[in-house]
Amino acid sequence: MSTTAELLKGAAELFPDEVVTQAHVRHLDLPFGAGRFALITLDNGFDHTKPTTFGPQSLANLNAAIDQVEKEAAEGAVTGVGLTGKPFIFAVGADLKGVELLKKHEEALAIGKGGHDVFKRLAALAVPTFAYYNGAAMGGGVEVGLHCTYRTVSKAIPAFSLPEVFLGLVPGWGGCAILPNLIGAERAVSVIIENSLNQNKQLKGKQVFDLGIADALFDGADFLEQSLLWTARVLTGETEVVRAEVDRGEAWDAAVAKGRFIADSKVHGAAPAAYRALEIIEAAKDGDLQKGFDAEDAALADLIMGGELRSGIYAFNLVQKRAKRPAGAPDKSLARPVSKVGVVGAGLMASQLALLFLRRLEVPVVLTDIDQERVDKGVGYVHGEIDKLLLKGRINQDKSNRLKALVTGVLDKAEGFADADFIIEAVFEEMSVKQKVFAEVEAVAPAHAILATNTSSLSVSEMASKLQHPERVVGFHFFNPVAILPLLEIVRGEQTDDASLATAFGVAKKLKKTAVLTKDAPAFVVNRILTRFMGEIQNVIDEGTPVVTAEKAIEPLGLPMSPLVLLELVGPAIGLHVSETLNRAFPERFTVSPNLKRVVEAGKRGFYVYDSGKPELDPEVAALLVQGDSVLTEEQVRDRVLDAVAQEIGLMLEEGVVAEAQDIDLCLITGAGWPFHLGGITPYLDREGVSERVNGKKFLAPGTASVPA
Amino acid sequence: MPRTVRDVVFVDGVRTPFGKAGPKGIYHETRADDLVVKAIRELLRRNPDLDPKKIDEVAIAATTQIGDQGLTLGRTAGILAGLPQSVPGYSIDRMCAGALTAVTAVAGGVAFGAYDVAIAGGVEHMGRHPMGEGVDPNPRFVSEKLVDESALFMGMTAENLHDRYPTITKLRADEYAVRSQEKAAKAYADGKIQQDLVPISVRNTNEAAGETGWGLVTADEPMRPGTTLENLAGLKTPFRTHGRVTAGNAAGLNDGATASLIASEDFARENNLPVKMRLVSYSFAGVEPEVMGYGPIPATEKALAQAGLSIEDIGLFEINEAFAVQVLAFLEHYGIADDDSRVNQYGGAIAFGHPLASSGVRLMTQLARQFEEQPHVRYGLTTMCVGFGMGATVIWENPHFDSEGDSK
Repeated sequence: MSTTAELLKGAAELFPDEVVTQAHVRHLDLPFGAGRFALITLDNGFDHTKPTTFGPQSLANLNAAIDQVEKEAAEGAVTGVGLTGKPFIFAVGADLKGVELLKKHEEALAIGKGGHDVFKRLAALAVPTFAYYNGAAMGGGVEVGLHCTYRTVSKAIPAFSLPEVFLGLVPGWGGCAILPNLIGAERAVSVIIENSLNQNKQLKGKQVFDLGIADALFDGADFLEQSLLWTARVLTGETEVVRAEVDRGEAWDAAVAKGRFIADSKVHGAAPAAYRALEIIEAAKDGDLQKGFDAEDAALADLIMGGELRSGIYAFNLVQKRAKRPAGAPDKSLARPVSKVGVVGAGLMASQLALLFLRRLEVPVVLTDIDQERVDKGVGYVHGEIDKLLLKGRINQDKSNRLKALVTGVLDKAEGFADADFIIEAVFEEMSVKQKVFAEVEAVAPAHAILATNTSSLSVSEMASKLQHPERVVGFHFFNPVAILPLLEIVRGEQTDDASLATAFGVAKKLKKTAVLTKDAPAFVVNRILTRFMGEIQNVIDEGTPVVTAEKAIEPLGLPMSPLVLLELVGPAIGLHVSETLNRAFPERFTVSPNLKRVVEAGKRGFYVYDSGKPELDPEVAALLVQGDSVLTEEQVRDRVLDAVAQEIGLMLEEGVVAEAQDIDLCLITGAGWPFHLGGITPYLDREGVSERVNGKKFLAPGTASVPA
Repeated sequence: MPRTVRDVVFVDGVRTPFGKAGPKGIYHETRADDLVVKAIRELLRRNPDLDPKKIDEVAIAATTQIGDQGLTLGRTAGILAGLPQSVPGYSIDRMCAGALTAVTAVAGGVAFGAYDVAIAGGVEHMGRHPMGEGVDPNPRFVSEKLVDESALFMGMTAENLHDRYPTITKLRADEYAVRSQEKAAKAYADGKIQQDLVPISVRNTNEAAGETGWGLVTADEPMRPGTTLENLAGLKTPFRTHGRVTAGNAAGLNDGATASLIASEDFARENNLPVKMRLVSYSFAGVEPEVMGYGPIPATEKALAQAGLSIEDIGLFEINEAFAVQVLAFLEHYGIADDDSRVNQYGGAIAFGHPLASSGVRLMTQLARQFEEQPHVRYGLTTMCVGFGMGATVIWENPHFDSEGDSK
């Protein structure tokens, strides 16, 4: 037994539940007299809904297949070796479930080394090797192909990426070392760093070819046939593969520098993966692949044992799995069909909601407002957005006609809502107004219609309390911009019944939103945490810490934007309003900043001016600020803020605002864009000891988003 | 509106290698529509001067139009093959003569002026769609004795044909079958067949069927080179005790697809497309369903009469070998020797296989190659028998004909 086999056997024992990928070796005669060929098919025995992955036993299987073809190649029994996947899937890389189980540095090292040891044999055979990227290829799937002499790619593949940095790893089975040597550092940085940090952007087949990763591009319809014919021509010498020369000069260094710039702008140094990958890319300039592989092994092991990766996998599972099965949602069979939607209000938010419902549900949507001018404006907005979609080619003329015909506006609610199944209000954020609106709607709407409110901070139960049928009221809280942010907080009022809630979840699914069930608690989830977070920053500023120190204190978290930039995006007036609401609910923890009040009263839209291209404190704002004399260090600020957040989340869980800490994190990731490397926030609070300091315990069980005990 | 009938030509034809139907067959895990799609794509690759937008029709035949052979295959295969959406298509069925009928149907359209160029082909995956799948014969066939009960079983109709031609013995049929295998093997050795085959990638997940994973099929699976009379002598006669029809002197149950380009001669010349054969006449004829193998004789009579030709004018024959007896009956009728060199020069369906509705274009593709090689031949014919008692014949003229050559 070889060392590789031993290494993998040990790893496989740690992971008994691996979905094992087989590596089938099949022989075929190539056309044009190119000889006998061995084709390895990677296949886990399931259909495309369960993509092929590499766990330790899978690697061992590939290793055994390579044993066989290595021998045949050495004996001259085959003229080449190919590698492809089952229908629609090439391979999507390491099995993350197996990675989660690793507890020790040496186990992690073994996985990295095991993959390298197997894959690099493909480059050392006595005959040329060919990878045929027939379907989705990610991570280790891409990398196994990089070890081959040649590659072809299908125009039809839906996804091709090295997503490791996105999750908190480095492409560690050859990706960091080989890719820049194949296509140059600039393109490699774009694939490994930029795409990963750009919400895990996927490449299409043509891009894979244009980047030079694949040597040939073929249609999906007869991809494998054409790949094999091409292979035959390459082997007979009829086709010569010419690749662009890699620039090993300054361009390489510039690419790495650009990668660091991208990483800084996305994670602000808060997550190590991108930087580790860049170090390896930087060192790969000399073309010494083995040195690069060793560096990849070390980086992989360090990162696997680090919290950012565990948080990344945890976050990935939240958005991929938990988001699809919302905790606490009633049985979906209870849901009623929704074949017409009413929107109360025709302002910007209402119009955006109308557009979203229209596009996703493709049912009649009727807007109402208090005067014809507003109604016309709302419908006009939706029509304008449909025109934009048409202009961009996102929809065709027929679809545009269909959508425009579906949206109408009326003044008379009785006319508009008499046959509506789901009516959402987006009127002024004041209880009496909303109660009045719902009373009017209830008078004219069918008995089964759901009444939904887009309130961000008012009590859903109170809003429903004066209705004849309060059981059909649900909170339906979207996040701005509604077309982009995935989160939808679905609020169950005290009297909301299961059928209404199920209908709301059904609608959310059709809207393609990540729905999280929350209790009817002040400001629900995201706004409550963000307000506490911002409030604590405001507090330290009000007490005397300079704005710049307070802002810098938060940078190590790697949030998508600084707190005050976020405040600007939300609008200081809205921020103030929410803080006032929460202050009424929880005066002991939520303050209303007098400085923020002054800023809002002065009509300022934000704290910063951007005249120099960078945000700088607006002198007019600076003049408004009245600060105390307690100046904190960045670390002190950070502790204050994180303690506040940990306390708030602890209280929310005690109150049962959501089912579990996981839902808090899912909300923060999908509603506030909080990063994967923080796992939302609770894995980070656990990791940094904040949870225990504040609440006396961690939010998550060991191993959930951390190295298992 | 005055009209001129236009000359119709066979531009090019390709086919997939044929496979054996069944769980161990090469195409067991391959969809029927994918087979025909790949044939269409190869046809277009081979004729890059043809702008796909100009294709006026896609006629694809299948006998069992269910599942992956259903859904108006001509249309769906066109979309799957990447043809422009503006290219229409339809499905067609005349059982074994499906592809042949696809050719004559679009040829009629071309001659009339409705089409300039069309794709015609066929597919049959007898593994996924066994003969008789989902059929529901009207009980009147039997109650009113409209057809003999044997009419639905092709092997029985072949035995019936032996009855009609008592001089065609089992030995003669077996000798014919051995020659078919020999000729096919030689045609392969000479590289005559491979040039019109489309390689097909095939997946196998069944260990009992050989190596698993993806493979590539580049040759016909049913061939049995080296078959001897002794091999055949001992085979069972499943359709009648002490009968004459065996698995060795009949075509098997097969999977495969074909595709051809049919165009007006002017269009072909204007678009730099090859002209491999010129259509002379075509005809279909009905016979008693229980001797369906007799069908090619009256069909050929009609086609010859239309063309003003006699059988002596035909220099090359491509006769589908559903059964050896059916070829021999044809030859006997016309007084042609069993081993006449003009007949099935590359061997036939007994060796290559006969995926029902696809076979007609295979005959044409092979005749076209023979025309190319033999410019002294002016006329050739493709003919086949068809279930429920029919025959189909197409007479072709060799565009390479050179009267200076030694005439036949």
